[in-house]
Amino acid sequence: MKADIRVALVGNPNTGKSTLFNVLTGLNQKIGNFPGVTVDKKVGYAQLPDGRTAEIVDLPGTYSLYPKSQDESIVFSVLADRSSALVPDLVVVILDATNLKRNLLLYSQVADLKIPVIIALNMMDMANKAGITIDINALAGQLGVPVIPISARKLEGVDKLKQAISFANKIALQQNSIDVRSIAPDVVDSISIELNIDNPYFALQLAHQHEHLKFLTPEQSNRIEQLKLEHGFHSQKAQGAETLARYAFINELLYDTVKTPATAHDETFSNKIDRVLTHKIFGFIIFFAILLFMFQAIFSWASYPMDLIESFFMWAQDSLNNALPAGPLTSLLVDGVVAGLSGVLVFIPQIAILFAFISVLEDTGYMSRVTFMMDKLMRKVGLNGKSVVPLIGGFACAVPSIMSTRTIENWKDRMITIMVTPLVACSARLPVYTLLIALVVPNQRVWGIFNLQGLALTGMYVFSLLSAIIVAWVFKMILKSRERGYFIMELPVYRMPRWSNVAFSMYDRSKSFVFEAGKVIIAVSIILWVMASYGPGDRFEQIEQKYARTEYTFNFSPDELKTLTATEKLENSYAGVLGHFIEPAIRPLGYDWKIGIALITSFAAREVFVGTMATIYSVSGGDGDTASVLQKMRDAKNPKTKKPVFTVAVAFSLMMFYAFAMQCASTVAIVYRETKSWRWPAIQFAYMTVLAYVVSFITYQWLK
Amino acid sequence: MKLSQLEVGQKGIVKEFTDMEMSVKLMEMGCLPGEEIRVDRIAPLGDPIAIRVSGYQLSLRKFEASTIILHKN
Repeated sequence: MKADIRVALVGNPNTGKSTLFNVLTGLNQKIGNFPGVTVDKKVGYAQLPDGRTAEIVDLPGTYSLYPKSQDESIVFSVLADRSSALVPDLVVVILDATNLKRNLLLYSQVADLKIPVIIALNMMDMANKAGITIDINALAGQLGVPVIPISARKLEGVDKLKQAISFANKIALQQNSIDVRSIAPDVVDSISIELNIDNPYFALQLAHQHEHLKFLTPEQSNRIEQLKLEHGFHSQKAQGAETLARYAFINELLYDTVKTPATAHDETFSNKIDRVLTHKIFGFIIFFAILLFMFQAIFSWASYPMDLIESFFMWAQDSLNNALPAGPLTSLLVDGVVAGLSGVLVFIPQIAILFAFISVLEDTGYMSRVTFMMDKLMRKVGLNGKSVVPLIGGFACAVPSIMSTRTIENWKDRMITIMVTPLVACSARLPVYTLLIALVVPNQRVWGIFNLQGLALTGMYVFSLLSAIIVAWVFKMILKSRERGYFIMELPVYRMPRWSNVAFSMYDRSKSFVFEAGKVIIAVSIILWVMASYGPGDRFEQIEQKYARTEYTFNFSPDELKTLTATEKLENSYAGVLGHFIEPAIRPLGYDWKIGIALITSFAAREVFVGTMATIYSVSGGDGDTASVLQKMRDAKNPKTKKPVFTVAVAFSLMMFYAFAMQCASTVAIVYRETKSWRWPAIQFAYMTVLAYVVSFITYQWLK
Repeated sequence: MKLSQLEVGQKGIVKEFTDMEMSVKLMEMGCLPGEEIRVDRIAPLGDPIAIRVSGYQLSLRKFEASTIILHKN
């Protein structure tokens, strides 16, 4: 889409920036109260009153142009890089009218870059309610920019804002806020001359941030470093002096234009809620009750749509098999692509429900209270209060959870969170656990109220969280970081969630899961299909010939022959050969070559286990038929000893393997994307595989 | 007197900081010399704390609070 004017939205977290973006563009997207949720650069289009189209870029929320996290560093780069294709013609700075002082800091920094600016003064309704009076004309006059009062949630003032955008000047008319040059005159002057810059604040920012700016050449960056050394530039001192000067300017400005009553109404209301929600005892009880409710919802509400998706794909596979001529291409489409697709899409209900909950918790402001309550506990093991969100999300799926670690500013805390999140029992492990528990744990009640199988499952979940915490603690000991951890976080006032945003969050996260993880899962499914459908040499033809002989066709029904052929083909396929090949290595864990195949196929995705078991134990009736898989596995006997294959020891050893092993191609891919190096996914894969092997070995040898 | 020594409900006025790196971050968030701070709450496990400053609520760890020196009053 071609736009006539490019507008960047800039503002503090929790100012309703994303809501304004939605209102302006009609293109809804992810939003939350948790500081820094708006991560990716979101772009939308707005129709202006004069008929022109504006491209709106939503930049990550930040408190200042000095970045504290990865997301925040985008803001200065976008605003400063005049050569980039994304450089805005106009910046709309959105300010929270109930909290003008802190919000104006960012405005004054942006204004000093001398890009044309408009102020959108949001939450005017809340400010009025709180008795805050703002002299908008005086404010606009003193700053020299248009100030448009709006309340984005109530859609008030948005038309006026669009009008202001269409009338916006091409040149920056704002008043200077502070004397930037006086902070570090020598450095500002020399950089300005050296790089031919006419804006002193831009020169000063380059002195601070040049190492991280992609648009500077290495020579330019080195030259700036030299000039800094020459003039004894101290980054923190300069930043402190700048902040003090800016707040002095802001205080003066607010003294003339804003009257605030002694206590605002809203804060006391939030305080009352917090007295309960962050209470010493009730606080934790409520938090765990919410978690419990969330899991119940994820498992029970999702089961119906998941069944629908599964039966749809079973129907699709059947009808494709019937409609298309039999052959390798049909098989690739049906057993490779469609089966892979169903493996991805079946998780959508769980992911959508999880993100609906997370979105509500963030939007209301509760998630920052959880962070506040849990920080001390999490810090003991090398995590951070903000790690709670990804860890909880890990119960559904590690992929979106790892994406959500971007809000953790501290590098070490973030890496540890990424490293341990896949240990949390995700929903893909659920079918594996339920199958194995049903196999060996008796279905009986204990102490009258608990179901033994349910207890075993709960045990696996608690165990997963414990192992994540222990591993985090180990990483804390190993990882070295010069960066100091800190925890300075805004606690936003409680608000009602915006349901349209919740709905969009469900849609947005499901979509990114399908596209990010889907690619990998389908690719691996196809590879697995090839490995399971072809064998070395002419083994497959020999099997076909063998079962075509009369002694077989006479004694068995066509269906039985089909499963017999399929089973023997699988054993002789590349996957089967590989299974036999790794058998010596997995024998100490109690597994035979058939389980070996399941382990290999599960490296694409854990839930493949059930399907593979179904194929290996040649169940007629399709992949999803768990009950008959269960029966076949129960009946499975070791050909030599004639004892059951799946003993308590083997089942628990397998569960331990699935608890620890990194059997998820999507997670590997997302960790690579988030850490931008193969080192982290490699370390993660290695430590998890080793842990899986050792723990399974101990479990099997102990229970045997 | 450090901010970390205040009880819930007590107020103080920021005098100075003992840690340069932390002070830069705190000042950006509106914890400036001369600014009044009230302790609103302490987390259930004793750390971090929630304070009211510049018209909003901010949470920070006890250690970070201990780098903020308050005026005697």
